[in-house]
Amino acid sequence: MNPRIKLLRTSTFRLAALYLILFAVSVSALLGYVYWNTAVLLERQTDETIRAEVQALADQYRIRGLRGIIDTIQRRSAEDSGSVYLLTDSSGRRIAGNLNSLPAMPDDEAAWIEFPLDVEKGSSRERHIVRAFHADLAGSFDLVVGRDVEALRQFASIIRRTIYYALAIALVLGLGGGLLMSRNFLRRVDAITDASRTIMAGNMAGRMPVQGSNDELDRLALALNEMLDQIESLMAAMKEVSSNVAHDLKTPLTRIKARVEAALRSGSEGEYRAALERTVDESDRLLDTFNALLSIARAEAGQSRSGLIPIDAASIVSDVVELYEPMAEEEGGTLVSDARAGLMVMGDRQLLAQALTNLIDNALKYGAREGETPQITVSGAVEDDKVVIAVRDHGEGIAPEDRGRVTDRFVRLDSSRSKPGNGLGLSLVSGVMKLHKGTLVLEDNAPGLSAKLVLPLHHEAS
Amino acid sequence: MQLKELDSPLWTAKPARQPMRILVIEDDREAAGWLVKGLAESGHVADHAGDGEEGLNLASEGVHDVLIVDRMLPKIDGLTIIRKLRENGIKTPVLILSALSDVDERVKGLRAGGDDYLGKPYAFAELLARIENLGHRSVDAPLATRLRAADLEIDLLTRTVTRGGKPIVLQPREFKLLEYLVRNAGHIVTRTMLLENVWDYHFDPQTNVIDVHISRLRSKIDKGYDEPILQTVRGAGYMIRDT
Repeated sequence: MNPRIKLLRTSTFRLAALYLILFAVSVSALLGYVYWNTAVLLERQTDETIRAEVQALADQYRIRGLRGIIDTIQRRSAEDSGSVYLLTDSSGRRIAGNLNSLPAMPDDEAAWIEFPLDVEKGSSRERHIVRAFHADLAGSFDLVVGRDVEALRQFASIIRRTIYYALAIALVLGLGGGLLMSRNFLRRVDAITDASRTIMAGNMAGRMPVQGSNDELDRLALALNEMLDQIESLMAAMKEVSSNVAHDLKTPLTRIKARVEAALRSGSEGEYRAALERTVDESDRLLDTFNALLSIARAEAGQSRSGLIPIDAASIVSDVVELYEPMAEEEGGTLVSDARAGLMVMGDRQLLAQALTNLIDNALKYGAREGETPQITVSGAVEDDKVVIAVRDHGEGIAPEDRGRVTDRFVRLDSSRSKPGNGLGLSLVSGVMKLHKGTLVLEDNAPGLSAKLVLPLHHEAS
Repeated sequence: MQLKELDSPLWTAKPARQPMRILVIEDDREAAGWLVKGLAESGHVADHAGDGEEGLNLASEGVHDVLIVDRMLPKIDGLTIIRKLRENGIKTPVLILSALSDVDERVKGLRAGGDDYLGKPYAFAELLARIENLGHRSVDAPLATRLRAADLEIDLLTRTVTRGGKPIVLQPREFKLLEYLVRNAGHIVTRTMLLENVWDYHFDPQTNVIDVHISRLRSKIDKGYDEPILQTVRGAGYMIRDT
């Protein structure tokens, strides 16, 4: 698109133009009002004064006759008040007044006339405009009473000119300002558009330019950048997951293949059977891994958030603890719960139970030091606006530097490699927490691990 | 739940005590073939329909004891088949078999009129236990207040258990567990079935928690008796003797 047209099409420019029109209209109205109140009103006052004077002179004539009016005219003409008087007889000869002769005028009996008059100003002569009323006295005399309105006219024209200049300046400034603003706006939008193009072209590291003024465009750019960060980290996670999945599936598949090939080579019935049985075991484990991956993906995608209902987490705690308590006892340990009712959360019973199951399962596996038995406590409480369900053990715990990565898929700490597991348990817990807008917090239980499910407390709609 | 041993006596040697006629509606020929073979070896008679239309026609005859219905089928999908059958008053128990195995899908299947839901891939022993459970469920009197299996008796009203007249004290969950086993007396109950029906958990806890509960229950109802009533069926699950 032609850049100039593009500029005129920006929303900023349109907005500026609209404001400009509004501004011009209001300026015109304001100045028009001033003009009306000054120039027009002054002119009207002049007219009224002249008319009153004509009336007064006519009265003089009526009361005191010709002598009276001549006296008055002569007296008034002597004053340098800017007034103009002329009394002539019917043939046009001057009888009295400070005007030499009758100006050109229409034949009407009584009318407003305007004519130029040379006025002596010191040494120079100036041509002024005179506005006068021409009246007919009793059919035998002509009376002209007027005023020098040059100053008035000049004042009016100054006001008019001011109005035009003001309008012109407002238009130029408004238009120019609008163009400048739009150009600035357009430049920044173009920068954002360009940035998004480069990102679309594959440069995931690209970000929207931020000026630092924290205006709406900056906020938009910041929001977009946050979105891009999130997308980038998701993509990185996905890449890592797929390579981890590939690796984690390759290992058991290689094992299966090797075992089956060895069995085929041996040719013995017993070997066949053993290989097949191990193959079933191994594929069961693979399927478990797949199912766990699917559950995590489903929880993380937040698909089933609509399925969340208000539920008392205390009942989930007591159910899961009841399910696992005999197992802890079997291993010579203890599993006790301490959760009072009223831990309302928006949740999915199955997923929360599964998350808690994973934590308790971990605690049973890793929650005891060499030669000790697992002592596990599950507590549930409301803290501030959160429901906190904590599973505490007295095992080796997780080193602070490892706490961040144990929730990644397939991460198994060296100390746990000797025990069965697929490295997906805590990933699932963290996925379930994400779905519930909660967090999994891993802390030192000194000694041991304290794994906390922190969920937003659900307030009953009142 | 992993079913480790495949040499289960359940479907290699022992014929079913109540042979059933089962209709398998499944479009994957190979999977259906294995399924029909397995069911026949277990002493049942199995028919096969390869698409939804044929399946609906065969099922509409109403001669089968149990239907095994895949969800994604050519022509008519599984849930529609079940809905149409129910609309036409055919109440044959249905086990839905599907790769769509999460809880939402399970709920959809059961709402459509399915009686049980099993996600693919499944262990054959699990499927067989569920089929037999469905097959005999239809003849049970669900409103009975007393359940009996061999010399064990459960009074559902007073929530008391006696064996040979001697009272046995059980925890509430143990009572529920025993009740479910006795309701299915003579039939195998898998660990997954127990998790679903006694605890209402539809996920796999990956550990043998159920075994521990069973052994606790066993210590209460079998200790001191010559003949154990609660049996472990290798590679499949558990069973309460009914005689």
